Formats: sequence, structure tokens, C-alpha cells
Amino acid sequence: MTSVCVAAATLGHAGRPVLTDIDLCLEQGEFVGLLGPNGAGKTTLLRSLLGLLPPLAGRVEVFGLPARRGNSHIGYLPQTSAGPLPRLQVMDVLAASLSAHRWGLPRHDTAARVSIRQALARVGADVLAERPLSALSGGERQRVLIAQALLGKPRLLLLDEPLAGLDPRHQADIVALLREVQQVLGITVLCSAHDINVLLPAMDRVLFVAGGGVALGPVAQIATGQVLSRLYGAPIDVVRAGGHIFVSSAAAA
Amino acid sequence: MNPFAYDFMVHAYVAAAIVAVMAGATGYMLVLRGQSFAGHALGHVGFAGATGALLLGWPPLAGLVAVTVAGGLLMGLLGERLAERDVGIGLVLAASLGLGLLFIGFFASSATRATALLFGNVLGVSAETLLALLVVGIATMAGLAVLARPLLFASLQPELAAARGVPVRLVGVLFLGLVGLAVAGAAQVVGVLLVFSLLVGPAAAAQRLSTTLYVGVFLCVGLALAEALGGITLAFYTDWPASFWITTLGAGAYAVTWSKGLSVLFFKKKRLSFL
Repeated sequence: MTSVCVAAATLGHAGRPVLTDIDLCLEQGEFVGLLGPNGAGKTTLLRSLLGLLPPLAGRVEVFGLPARRGNSHIGYLPQTSAGPLPRLQVMDVLAASLSAHRWGLPRHDTAARVSIRQALARVGADVLAERPLSALSGGERQRVLIAQALLGKPRLLLLDEPLAGLDPRHQADIVALLREVQQVLGITVLCSAHDINVLLPAMDRVLFVAGGGVALGPVAQIATGQVLSRLYGAPIDVVRAGGHIFVSSAAAA
Repeated sequence: MNPFAYDFMVHAYVAAAIVAVMAGATGYMLVLRGQSFAGHALGHVGFAGATGALLLGWPPLAGLVAVTVAGGLLMGLLGERLAERDVGIGLVLAASLGLGLLFIGFFASSATRATALLFGNVLGVSAETLLALLVVGIATMAGLAVLARPLLFASLQPELAAARGVPVRLVGVLFLGLVGLAVAGAAQVVGVLLVFSLLVGPAAAAQRLSTTLYVGVFLCVGLALAEALGGITLAFYTDWPASFWITTLGAGAYAVTWSKGLSVLFFKKKRLSFL
């Protein structure tokens, strides 16, 4: 069963396509790492799947239906914004996101609190429920936001650079947590990152985005000089050493 | 001396209470959204509206409401493009005050009227104004009650709210319209120049004291009430301007929240049952 299907799609803003005529399909229950240089279209792809950017051409389907805003099957963790975080406790921030598309006063009923506590417990963040969001460390904040993304029992998790700004140990912790959650719940994860290595223990497949196109497949097949050079439209060296993968421009070397 | 023996004092207390509730509730969201400056700006814009209304023979509150609500909606529509242009906003503020000065210059007793609009005249609120304030207050609170849930989500996590289908932009525009209403009301008590103290002061203090949403909102409204009613009472007994006392109490309350001892006290006892 496929969870995401993009066919002959051109994605981006009107008059400024970022990804041109791309095709890709994600299977239900796989962990896919989303990699590529800044501005290549990682966020554009995620926003298109969320229905925030309608495709300029072609089809973008999630669970067999055209991508649309407010799809409750999708959990989403946006890129960390630069602004100051609210001095409001985690419980209230998460409760504010529940059924918030309806008008009226914010509800803080027992059922909502129980489901929030369960989601926090699943990511090992139950002790953070009463702490203000502004007082959390980067790793704690990402844990809380992952719990929030899991709140509606989604079948697809879209994560936009969840490791940005974390030190290597916390990056590894978050990746391990995501892998565990993904396997236990049997959900599809599409997670963008800057460094392919940190995702290696978790990834089933890798999706590289560059030069307006995409390349999707097992790491061993995609993370090669030949495939990436074709995708980037420039000579790329891929060096494997000590279980790590180094991707660099051959021209600069 | 019993302040309640005088009609003008009773009017002042009722007006201040209405305004404190709506400014407190609106201000809490305004500060949470990091848009405090928008409230300040709308007060200045309102001066031109109030004086323009005087010129046309309308009640100043009508002009205030019309211009601050329109200004708020416009500010919301321009959105981020405006937020990054503090020079532009500053010039619009100055121009609004200048325009107001021109309008009011056509009146004989212009200095008295200008002072009342700029710094408030809560001890001179008429029964008609009181009724109008009540309508404005009810409209503001009703609007907030409808908007609160999506507004809170959109304020805390805008990207996520947009993905979940919340009309983030519409909610933001409507909210600034409500801020316009609250500003017009607050200007009746403390004047267009000092709305910041009722709109932002209690909210900033409340958000330092509590990290729980409903505790924070009630604390904020409570502080606004205490500052407004306390200021009027002090004005009655000292014969100093009410706006002086209200703004001083507002700044004082915020300053006190910075003293470490009190914050610790509040954070440790945050499960107080009466809150």
C-alpha cells in the first residue's frame, strides 16, 4: 500500500517551480530520509504533501486522495522558527492545537489531557507537561513537538529538519525515538535532514532532492557519485569511510 | 469622603471596569502574539479618528472605533510586510497625531479637548458614553470568545495551524480588528497615548507570573481591573490625574513581577486552588 504518491508533478510557487516533473511513491510503514542542499525543495515537497502548496502540474496524493490542508492522517513537525517561544506550559500549548480549526473557546477537557499525557509518555517527555515551552532545551522541545505530531494518531509523519540545532548525541536520540515510534505504530515517516549519516540507522530508503529533480531508493543505490552527479547536474564525490558517508562537490576538491 | 456618592465616580468605575476586562483579555493574546506595538500604534491612529469625529459633530468614541478597527484590519491585511517596517509605522503614527492636531485646531478650547483625548478623561464619562462602551466591550468579548481557539493555536504555532486547516491569516486580521475595539475603549479611560499601559502592562505581568493559559488570562484581567479601579480611587483622594495613577500602577505591577522572590513564590504555589 502506498501512503504518498507524486506523479508527473511540478511543485513550487506560481511562476517559480522548485521541483519539475517529479515522480515518487512512498510505501506505508517505511522511514524515508529527505536530503538535499538548501533551497533544493525539501520544504516545498513537505508543504505540497500538506496541501499548503497546490501542485503547479501533475498529481500529489496522500493515501489515495489529492493532498489537502487539515488532513488528520498527517502529523507534521515544522522547521523550528526563529522567534521567541511562548512562556506557556507544554500541556496548554498542545491542548491549544486540538480541534483548533473550530471556533469557540479553547477546551481543556480531561480526555484531551489524557491523550496529551499519553503522547508525551510515548516520547519520554511526560515530566515536561507543566514546564513552559520557552524553558525547554532543544532536544526536549523536539520530543514535545514529536508527541504533538503524534496526537491525532496519524499514519504519515512529515518532519522538517527536526535535528537542526541539536548536538550529535541528541540528534541520535531523536532519530532512535522516531525509528521506534515509526515501527511500533507502523506509520510512514518522511524526515528531512542536513546530514545523511545521522539518519543511516533509521532509514529504509533515501530521497535526494536537487537540481529540480528527485532520486528515491535504498541508500546504497542512491548515495553514489554517479546518481548524485546526475541529479545535482555537477560532479559529486561520495566517499564511504568508517560507516560514514561523505557527499561533496568534486569540483571543489 | 465616599467616592460612590458622586455620579461621575460611579461612571468612572463602571467605565474602567468594562475597559479593564476587554483590554486585559485582548491584551493577553496581543502579548502572546508579540504584537504589543500594534496596540500602541492603533491608539495613535485613533487620535485622528476621534478628532475627525469631533469636527464632524460626532461623538469622539464613534470616530475612535471606526478608525482603530479599520486600522487594525488594514494592519492585519498588510501582515508581515508591515511588521518589518518600523520606520513606516512610526511615520504613520506621527502623521496621525499631526492630523489629529490639525482637526482639533479648529476648536476654541482645543488644548483641553486634546489633553482629554491624548491622556484620557475617565472622570468625565457621560451616561451615553458608558452605554457605548458597554456595547463595544460586549462586542469585543463576544468576538474573542468565537475567535479564541483558532487564534490561540495560530498564535502559538502558525505553520502547524496552517497545515491543520486553520485560516491563520483571516484569524490574525479579525483579531487586530478586535484589538482596534479594545484600543478605542481603553482610550476612553487612559487616552490614546497611554493605551499601552492597560492593554500590554497587565498581560506582560501576568505572563511572567503564570505559564498556565487560563490562570494567566484571569490574572491579566484581574490586574487590569485592580490597576484601573485602584488608579481612579487614588485619583479621587489625591486629586492627581487618574491616568497618572493607572499607568504608574501598571508599570509598578510589571516591575514587581521582575523581583525574583515573587516569581518563585508564584511558580511554587502555582496549584493554588483559588487561581
